[in-house]
Amino acid sequence: MVGVVNYFREIAQGLYTLMVGMAVTFRNLFLPAVTVRYPHETLQMTPRFRGPAELIRDGETGQPHCVVCMMCQRACPSRCIAVEGEKPEGGKRKVPTKFILDFTTCSLCGLCVESCKFDAIRFSKVYNLASTRKEDFILDLLNPKATRGASCS
Amino acid sequence: MSVDATTIQGETFVVNMGPQHPATHGVLRIKLTMDGEYIMNAEPVIGYSHRMQEKMAENRTYSQYFANIGRIDYVGAMIYNFGYACAVERLAGIPVPERAEYIRVITSELNRIASHLLWFGPFIIDLGGLTPLLYAFDDREGILNLLESVSGARLTFSYFRFGGVCNDIDDDFVAGCRAFISRMRERLTLYRRLVTDNIIFRKRVEGIGVIPPEICRKYGATGPVLRGSGVAYDVRKDEPYSIYPLLDFDIPVFGECDSMARYRVRMEEMNQSLRMIEQALDKLPSGPFMAEKVPRILKPPKGDCYFNVEGARGSFGIRIVSDGTEIPYRLKLRTPCFANLSLFEEASRGMLLADSLALLGSLDLCIPDVDR
Amino acid sequence: MTELLSIEPIRMLVFLVGTILFVALNAAYLTLLERKESSWFQRRLGPTEVGPWGLLQPIADGIKLAGKQVIVPDGVDKILFVLSPIMVSVPVIMNLATIPFSDTLVARNIDLGLLMILSFTSFNVMGIMFGGWASRNKYSVISAARVVAQNVAYEIPMFLIAISLVMVTHTFDLRETVLLQTGGFWNWNLFKLGVSPLMPAACLLFFVCLLAETNRSPFDMMEAESELIAGAITEYSGMGFGLFFISEYANIVVGSCLVTILFLGGWNCPFGLYPGLHWFFVKMYGIIFVVIWIRWSFPRIQFYGLLNLSWKILIPLSLAHLLLTCVMVKIW
Repeated sequence: MVGVVNYFREIAQGLYTLMVGMAVTFRNLFLPAVTVRYPHETLQMTPRFRGPAELIRDGETGQPHCVVCMMCQRACPSRCIAVEGEKPEGGKRKVPTKFILDFTTCSLCGLCVESCKFDAIRFSKVYNLASTRKEDFILDLLNPKATRGASCS
Repeated sequence: MSVDATTIQGETFVVNMGPQHPATHGVLRIKLTMDGEYIMNAEPVIGYSHRMQEKMAENRTYSQYFANIGRIDYVGAMIYNFGYACAVERLAGIPVPERAEYIRVITSELNRIASHLLWFGPFIIDLGGLTPLLYAFDDREGILNLLESVSGARLTFSYFRFGGVCNDIDDDFVAGCRAFISRMRERLTLYRRLVTDNIIFRKRVEGIGVIPPEICRKYGATGPVLRGSGVAYDVRKDEPYSIYPLLDFDIPVFGECDSMARYRVRMEEMNQSLRMIEQALDKLPSGPFMAEKVPRILKPPKGDCYFNVEGARGSFGIRIVSDGTEIPYRLKLRTPCFANLSLFEEASRGMLLADSLALLGSLDLCIPDVDR
Repeated sequence: MTELLSIEPIRMLVFLVGTILFVALNAAYLTLLERKESSWFQRRLGPTEVGPWGLLQPIADGIKLAGKQVIVPDGVDKILFVLSPIMVSVPVIMNLATIPFSDTLVARNIDLGLLMILSFTSFNVMGIMFGGWASRNKYSVISAARVVAQNVAYEIPMFLIAISLVMVTHTFDLRETVLLQTGGFWNWNLFKLGVSPLMPAACLLFFVCLLAETNRSPFDMMEAESELIAGAITEYSGMGFGLFFISEYANIVVGSCLVTILFLGGWNCPFGLYPGLHWFFVKMYGIIFVVIWIRWSFPRIQFYGLLNLSWKILIPLSLAHLLLTCVMVKIW
């Protein structure tokens, strides 16, 4: 007799848990969707977001602060920064003539940004990088608009 | 539902649960020798994701290796960062300020919850329920947004540095954490009602994949796998580090040894992590977040050092041998998933194929962690 | 118009075209409904890009499927391979010939309508068996064998409940069954507790058998047991695959029509005011909503659990219900 009662009780309890589960999903029917409809809507990145690196330029002259000390190139674990520079005529410090960031190997670790003592490099807020060619991700930081991949958002 | 392997007669055939498979959560190949529906032998073949992390350590300085360490178990990257930072700090004798310790523990426990949520979704998908994944990822978004606001990345945080953390946390983060904690407590109730109490789910995992504690000990399994078999070992309690001795939390241990026990261990661990984060936020001191006078190029003294932390999947150990230069001589990673996977062969003998997938899912493997 | 319709061949042609259109549109738009409904439960948006609110999505899917190459693998049993999707989809469409959508809208009202529908749903099983056997793939055979076991196990309680209903209504004729439920909802078979106090439980059992017969989650061994195998329909591509899916959704439609007619009063209004086709559709789509809701809420049942449920729980309960109905009908 106890066996029969247990049999029915198990069925009833099982059915009850199923109903509770269905009630949970039913409640979610009335909650709004959490999807962000990209590209019709875009997201705002947090201030510390790590996008590909960019050079910080002086407000008035538009020249980058970089003095080609090569600390970032030495700090990078993936060897993806290539900097070259020269001292211009009558100038006091070196000026970069070539600053290439190979974004295909960059791991966004932040060591280049931390090792720079001249406040010359920082992370950008670009997140919507998409391209069909690998060349678009060899970023030339001195002429950012020239590369198609690094479109600023 | 298990059959003694030696009494089955008839022909057996070899089947590959190949490197590309929706249920193996990574590139894992399992060579199954099957007799009809029952598994006679399951041999995992690993190495498809081997990236030579230990060799790469011999070519990078200590700071440069932070980028690598987060990518070993990318789901619980913050905890692995913790282990590496602590190992090098112990070797080089760098003290860590108190605020940095608290920040480290808060972010690590947030990462642990995110890792368990990432395990929860695919585990239920393996069993056929596709909806809890979306709910778990919704919660995970909250955590990843918080961690992004503080470190800048959502998965591969290179947030820790020797002597502390690289950025400080602000009041927005603290408020966000508290809001997340109260929201997550309700969501844990939701998961209990939707999944844990569900009779269909219970029939799929109760009594399935029994791993007795002797087998766990034999293969060195740690983490929720061990705690689901009744052994109360957790690195945070047994070999405490950082500020864990100051926090009040329990270690969930269940003795049934089946997949349900491991599931319940992880769900309860999420609860305990919430408790820890709350206490740490209450006690958060002010002060520096980074030790002073840490050399830019770190050259630890000659010697070797081993440090053990409780990763999301088990005990993660890291051994560093230094020869006095800025590049380590040898770095050895003891990853939990390698040991956890090795018991799959013995534990899955005589099981039905579908049940073995419940077992594999409950082991919570991250294959790059196995292969390094 | 009605004189035209009274000419038998024209009437048959109209119903033929109408039924096929109904099945095709339903199969197409039920896929969209499933995707949209699953996305509502999961707090995301379903298809939205193709057409407004994704309404042209099924058409895009259909064009894609029709454009795929129909591969007949080497060494298969060609006759059975080609016959299998046909055997699965044709009986389902034939079932719709007897279903009364409203008082006057029924293609051919056969007085053994219920028996015909129940027997044609068994063809489904044979079609899948042929498909699994004909593909030269041992995993398809294993999967097809499982589907046969599942369907046979769940047909039995379904037939037992149908028999007990026939004892209550004294007729196999589906239109008569609905006519006996006119009036408010208290006249529906679901609530005829005076005749059989377990009637709501019987409706639930019938619904569970419907889920299992149509291979829907949580009983979807055939389609989603993709741990190793993709099921009995692995080797089918293009329109062969499309036919299997049309037949699955058509089965769901026929099954929910059956539940509506047998238990929920067919085309009758709950308050007896304006009976008609619209009420039938409201109830039918309500049941389809519940079928989809169940799919997205629960994990899958294990195979032995599925057979246990049928043989150890559903069959004893439906036998008990049959006995109870006999006793109640005889005494009262």
